[in-house]
Amino acid sequence: MTETATVPTPAPGTPATGAGRREGLLRAALRLRRTRAGLVLTALVLGVALLGPLLAPHSPTEFVAAPFSGPADGMPFGSDQLGRDVLSRFLHGGLTVLGLAAAATAIGVGFGALLGVVAGYRRGVLDEIVMRTGDVVLAFPQLVAALLFLSIIGPKLWLLVLVVGVSHVPRTARVVREATLKVVEQDFVKAAEAIGVRRAKIMAGELLPNVSSALAVELGLRLTYSIGLVAGLGFLGLGLQPPTADWGLMINENRIAVTVQAWAVALPVSAVALLTVGTNLITDGLARASIGIDRGVRS
Amino acid sequence: MSGDVVLDVAGLRVVGLPSKAEIVTEVDLTLGRGEVLGLVGESGSGKTTLGLALLAHAKRGTSIASGSVTVCGRDLLTLPAEEVRRARGRTVAYIPQSPASALNPALRIGTQLRECLNGSASREAHREEEGEERVQEVLREVALPDTPDFIRRYPHQLSGGQQQRIAIAMAFIGRPELIVLDEPTTGLDVTTQRHVLETVRRMCEGYGASGVYISHDMAVVAGIADRLAVMYSGRVVEAGTAEAVLAAPRHPYTARLLLAVPDLAAEREMTGIPGHAPSPLARPGGCAFAPRCELAEDRCRAEQPAPVEVTVGHTVRCVKPGSPPAPRPATPLRAGDGGGAPVLEVRGLSARYGRTEVLSGIELTVPAGECVALLGESGSGKTTLSRAIVGLHPEFDGEILLDGEALAHGSYRRTEEQRRRVQYVFQNPYEALNPRKTVRELVLGPVRVLRGRVADPDAVVRDALERASLRGDLAGRYPDQLSGGERQRVAIARALATGPDLLICDEITSSLDVSVQSSIVELLRELQRRDGLSLLFVTHDIALVRNLAQHVAVLEDGRIVESGPVERVFTTPDHPYTRSLIDDTPHFTPAFARLDSRD
Amino acid sequence: MYRLIFKRVLLGLVILWAVSVVVFLATQALPGDAARAILGRDATPERLAALQAQLHTGDPMLVQYGKWLAGTLTFDLGASLANGLPVGQYLAPRVSNSLVLMMIAAVIATPVALAVGAWSALRRDRAVDHATSLITLVLAALPEFVVGIILVLIFATGWLHVLPAVFAAGEGAVWQYPAQLVLPTLTLVLAVSPYIVRMMRAAMVEVLESEYVQQARLKGLPERTVIWRHAVPNAIGPVAQVIALQLAWLAGGVVVIEFLFRYPGIGLALMDAIGNRDLPVIQALSLLIAGLYIVVNLLADIIGLAANPKVRTAAR
Repeated sequence: MTETATVPTPAPGTPATGAGRREGLLRAALRLRRTRAGLVLTALVLGVALLGPLLAPHSPTEFVAAPFSGPADGMPFGSDQLGRDVLSRFLHGGLTVLGLAAAATAIGVGFGALLGVVAGYRRGVLDEIVMRTGDVVLAFPQLVAALLFLSIIGPKLWLLVLVVGVSHVPRTARVVREATLKVVEQDFVKAAEAIGVRRAKIMAGELLPNVSSALAVELGLRLTYSIGLVAGLGFLGLGLQPPTADWGLMINENRIAVTVQAWAVALPVSAVALLTVGTNLITDGLARASIGIDRGVRS
Repeated sequence: MSGDVVLDVAGLRVVGLPSKAEIVTEVDLTLGRGEVLGLVGESGSGKTTLGLALLAHAKRGTSIASGSVTVCGRDLLTLPAEEVRRARGRTVAYIPQSPASALNPALRIGTQLRECLNGSASREAHREEEGEERVQEVLREVALPDTPDFIRRYPHQLSGGQQQRIAIAMAFIGRPELIVLDEPTTGLDVTTQRHVLETVRRMCEGYGASGVYISHDMAVVAGIADRLAVMYSGRVVEAGTAEAVLAAPRHPYTARLLLAVPDLAAEREMTGIPGHAPSPLARPGGCAFAPRCELAEDRCRAEQPAPVEVTVGHTVRCVKPGSPPAPRPATPLRAGDGGGAPVLEVRGLSARYGRTEVLSGIELTVPAGECVALLGESGSGKTTLSRAIVGLHPEFDGEILLDGEALAHGSYRRTEEQRRRVQYVFQNPYEALNPRKTVRELVLGPVRVLRGRVADPDAVVRDALERASLRGDLAGRYPDQLSGGERQRVAIARALATGPDLLICDEITSSLDVSVQSSIVELLRELQRRDGLSLLFVTHDIALVRNLAQHVAVLEDGRIVESGPVERVFTTPDHPYTRSLIDDTPHFTPAFARLDSRD
Repeated sequence: MYRLIFKRVLLGLVILWAVSVVVFLATQALPGDAARAILGRDATPERLAALQAQLHTGDPMLVQYGKWLAGTLTFDLGASLANGLPVGQYLAPRVSNSLVLMMIAAVIATPVALAVGAWSALRRDRAVDHATSLITLVLAALPEFVVGIILVLIFATGWLHVLPAVFAAGEGAVWQYPAQLVLPTLTLVLAVSPYIVRMMRAAMVEVLESEYVQQARLKGLPERTVIWRHAVPNAIGPVAQVIALQLAWLAGGVVVIEFLFRYPGIGLALMDAIGNRDLPVIQALSLLIAGLYIVVNLLADIIGLAANPKVRTAAR
């Protein structure tokens, strides 16, 4: 996926015109219809992924019918290329995508935010090193970077999480660094420096809370991309390996027979589509809320 | 008579969307040919919105709801859009507040001037040539070069003053009948401001154009306007000839506003107006000024006062016009003999940014318990100097001594005690407070760092807020729930809470309204007199210096060109730069605010 | 200005070199015998020997890298382990096939996306704008293979049977089979456009709010002059960078799309090479894709610098 965040940067400290207390970012985002729609979609897919294994009628690896059978009793979506129950595999296959994507996002956004704040605040040589190293990582499209490492070292899950996570780091670091630079210019940071507040405490107490909106948006964006990447790598056969049930892998295994047994492809594709659209809607809601929904009147 | 009316505004109302809050309402104005109307108001009063409405333009998020704007006999608000477009630039023109952002950065100034002429007439070849001549002519008129080389420049290649002249040329090139000037000199230094004002005055006279001059600065408006309209919270509260309004303001707000303007002679006390103007979203019922007015009665709060004509052509929106408070003589400042031991000494300080030297050979002494003003225009290096003193700009040569003891260059290498004793208040109160912390956290933060654990934190907060004249119940608020003046007081309270000996104030009133600025100056005078606090007051405003400081150091291009007791420097300035600063600052002494006029 | 451009080019070269180090480390600097690790346990002795010779596994790491880099710089990329062809010769037609796909996608996506973005900004907060916003949001969220499969389900297998699901052309150049190109191209266009649309809209909105556009209106200029002379040129600048990023992204994005549609380009070649553990091809393609990204970005930087009057006039 691409990494251009078309997200407007929130302006910290924008004076509010009304007298009301600044409402929290989440609360403000929740007032937007798109955020709520995104939450519903995400919750739906999340529910399938989490509760699915409990509801599945069959084991995901059990052979229950002839390959590519049509819908039948107890097998509403037919069987796959090896004769396993499509529904059961679908219900079992979400957890891996979600878990891997969440782990990769946590690594990427966590380290990215840390580097971004430190580079944006301390500047100088450290900033140069972080940014130029980032340029090298950025030169590889995320998917190509993942392919390069997974193909040589092997399709191992820890490696997949690591590669996807690391490929997020420079992208997140850039966004957080930009947001940090805007905050650093503000006088309250200089006020803390003049008083002699420790640098680490300035970063944690003065800078981080003021880039949190940008960070929340970045988190949503990276999660969306992680889901796409993890599912995409599964689709390319470099994620989960057979016979595991995994949405990406299911698409890969069944796409040759999409004319006879569309469900085995359509179910996981819809789930991935709904999930990414859901997380992106939430992200957009957060982005809109962070710039202030209605700036009110000012002359 | 009616033939000579260039502008007639009736019942104009501009509302915000989607809140429907009235940003400007019930505005009636008339302006004759060749007259200049000064439209005065503090920030948020709706003056810019009104100015744009005179060109039938409403910013995004606002909408002109009702009323009429008749320019030269045609109501722009009912004309078809295409007619309005033709009227703009040719009947009514606009000079923006900041030409730096109002000039297109990607187009040459020649293109931007020439295009004002296109479309008004046929585009024949000889027209093009005429257009070129007109561009050169108007450039000469605003005292800019008319060479092809200059015409081919981009806006970023011009100085701030030149950009403003281009904006003026752009307004006059189509020979309009009416010019709307929106704070055209804000942000310029006093000398450039004087030149721009002279140009505006000359051009208006030369073209016989009428003008609406919008400004927050009473002193500037008084020098250029024939008529005055004072705006407060979306309404014109007082209007009349400049002479009548300045001699006898009949609205309490106008009167208090005049008294808030610093007196260059420092004979009259500058008094602020308590409180702050309401937002259009939270306007009180009745008169919007009532909550800040010491004359307000119940009926002021109950109903919106209708305009009353007190004399011919002089209208006031007040239920009891004409009993304004009298000016008071200034209480003398604490005598500054400079004999006290110096708290702070700066010796031979030079500083640079990259390769450019911004300060050189600075010598400065702040005696204990006195106020030293550091006077300089933008770019003079005054902020660099004050930041070097507080340890935020460690790249300098020379010495800074606190009580005779040399300070380390960077704040982190100074002792806690040293950091506590010198506190800094920043220029922009909107950026100086972390928006994610409450007032209580903001005040206590530095105390905990510099003095360790305190026994009774609530008492510390209460005491600090009280010393900064803030109500104690503000402690639980966040900065964005406070007005600009309140924020600046919180910043002062934050500094006071640590118990400093020296307060460095870097242009702390420059982003505040004049009525709020005066109350901050009152507070600083009080702190100096009552608590014996030493102050280094950094400013570009010469009138403030006279009202607050015992000593002044004049900074020009990184050098102190003159320093000494305020009285001496102002009465017999030695350096030509000091003299030009004093001469170019508008001397504002309206008849009303003169002390002798009452005896 | 030339100094600035020179600095950017130099930086680009340094990054390109660093990228080569990463590719080398990722592929060849494996613990133990790289050749054995790559080929696995059941490799034939002949293949093992061939790979060991090609990778110079007997040499120290630094020498291995030097020899590999020298080979790359002279376009002597070694031979494919899968089919024995020289890598350059094997990849050349595939590179040109992919370029065809990418060029068609870029030529369609860029102007359409710019126009839609600008239009959306001019109709801000109206129905068109809201619809554009929602559609681009959905498209930006969907992984490109999902978009591709949905298109296949709609146009090829599930609903309408009007277009081929996979690329199945005979001999000759790919553009002789336009019907076969439709779905892969459309997928790429849909993957790339949303970002350009959103960026162009945001840039236009910002410019339309600017004081100089307000001033242009207050000067009484006709609306089309305001838009075409004052607004659009100032909005395109910031968008150029995004367009470059998207075009560079195409180089990586084609991998999944080509795999999905079995289109004979670099993406399919990369997937085949991964399946065959064809190391020289993997190295060459990784380097090519990253190199393309750096070059496109560099070009965007230079165009950006040249278009900025502040930079241009500073050189005089």
